[in-house]
Amino acid sequence: MTKAYFEILRPGVNTTIQDNGRDHLYHIGITVSGAIDQRNYKLVNSIVKNNLDEAVIEFAYQGPLLRLRNGKINFAITGDIFFNIIKENSKIEEGKCYQNYVLNSGDQIDIISTKKTAYGYLAVNGGFTLEKTWKSYSINTKAEIGPNNGKKYSINEKIFIKEDGFKELKERSINFKKSFNNVVKVIKGTNFNYFSDKAKNIFFKELYSVTGLVDRMGMRLDGVNLENIVNTNIKSEGLVRGVIQVPADGKPIILLSDHGTIGGYPKIATVISADLDKVAQLIPGTKIQFEEVSLEEAEKLFKDYCNETNKYLNELS
Amino acid sequence: MIKNISNLGDAAIYCDFGSEVNESVNSNVINYHHHISKLIEEEKIDGIKNITPSYNKLIISFDLSVTNFLNLKEIIKNIKIDTNTKEPKKNIKIPVCCDDEYALDFERLSKKLNISKNEILDSYFEKDYYCYMTGFIAGMPFLGDLDDKIRCNRLETPRVKVPVGSVGITEQFANIYSYESPGGWNIVGNTPKKIFDKLNLKNPALIKPGDKVMFYQISKKEYLNWND
Repeated sequence: MTKAYFEILRPGVNTTIQDNGRDHLYHIGITVSGAIDQRNYKLVNSIVKNNLDEAVIEFAYQGPLLRLRNGKINFAITGDIFFNIIKENSKIEEGKCYQNYVLNSGDQIDIISTKKTAYGYLAVNGGFTLEKTWKSYSINTKAEIGPNNGKKYSINEKIFIKEDGFKELKERSINFKKSFNNVVKVIKGTNFNYFSDKAKNIFFKELYSVTGLVDRMGMRLDGVNLENIVNTNIKSEGLVRGVIQVPADGKPIILLSDHGTIGGYPKIATVISADLDKVAQLIPGTKIQFEEVSLEEAEKLFKDYCNETNKYLNELS
Repeated sequence: MIKNISNLGDAAIYCDFGSEVNESVNSNVINYHHHISKLIEEEKIDGIKNITPSYNKLIISFDLSVTNFLNLKEIIKNIKIDTNTKEPKKNIKIPVCCDDEYALDFERLSKKLNISKNEILDSYFEKDYYCYMTGFIAGMPFLGDLDDKIRCNRLETPRVKVPVGSVGITEQFANIYSYESPGGWNIVGNTPKKIFDKLNLKNPALIKPGDKVMFYQISKKEYLNWND
């Protein structure tokens, strides 16, 4: 018997497999990768009763059009996504995020677009037939590591689904509350004092807008130039997700999940862990405001973030 | 020794070994890296996700749901490094072809430094280099130090694509492009040797922090027939 698989009829803009990412390899230049919005990643797995660290399909902006072959599956989609389920008899059903569906052989999932966000997730009960590379399923397209030879998916490719006998899941859904404010909380960076008093002031006072130069590596912002009065280069050193670098042009760059492991631009600030999902979901044109918090506050906000994620997970159990 | 420990955001520790960049400062950074890696392996320390040694800094990222800055800072502060038990370091020989089609910036360097191509090559191939760090892209080594007379700033306008295998120089440093990548280093040749091999799961990066590297020149024929 051939195994169930998705046939990719339209790949979408950037469709990859992601999970929690890859650790303990920064020292040889391999970045963390992993689902860029960790909460929606966990929730989608939870809705289809997977372990929270199972591999899922991550898509950006326009998602894929997938046709199921040779099987029957339970699936769910999270994010703020416009998608349809196209039945084999051509009947179209509008899909809702944060709830599970059954898909029959021949049916299609048409992930038309994200709404006011950048990323969404598709999980299938049981996961996909993939191999881990360095303990992770994540596709790192820059280093070409992970499933599908480390490349984003293209038309006509297949994604095989793990099958252990289909069992229809009971209805499972989360009442996910969309909330958005444009404040991004940060902790001052290790080179904060490289910037003029005026620049320090501007950084927390003015709005910065997300430009079109954004991908899984990082997000370039536009706004008032930040004047560096010490040196626009530092000796290259390690980076982490959320670091905000300011190159010589004075425009900040926020580093995301596929960032380079070392870099030589001064660090003005770092986005707090609790706000990383929110930042990753920003789309070009959005204006954001940076707000400084202390380390203690950041740690508390992270606890709140985890509690909120757990509250959603508990809705399902 | 670590001069100062601070936080980089809420989920990473920034260990500063001072402002100097030299082999002795960097070996200290790397000793800490090896020591902490061992603690992780032996499960004597929880929550660390990544350690990044660089010229004179060590950055340790951690899982904020497992530990926090103050806990880890206490542990790192109290680490005693036994300088006698240095990790064994490799000596790696890298073949480089410097034919015109690979040595993209010879003209520029020769003019800027006011010396002949041969002098650049003699100086470049004469020395042993030390790997300060590996990264930015997977497997890219940052080596040093170049002889004074071939030190040169990076390109004013970086290349959008530097070919894989390109060997570059800038300031006192040399590197090797393990992938095709944007970059601004002066390219003096190209190596046919695989610098990063993702199929070698145990040891994908040929050159790791602390290793010694020596370049040697090969002909274009040897380059084209190279087999790792």
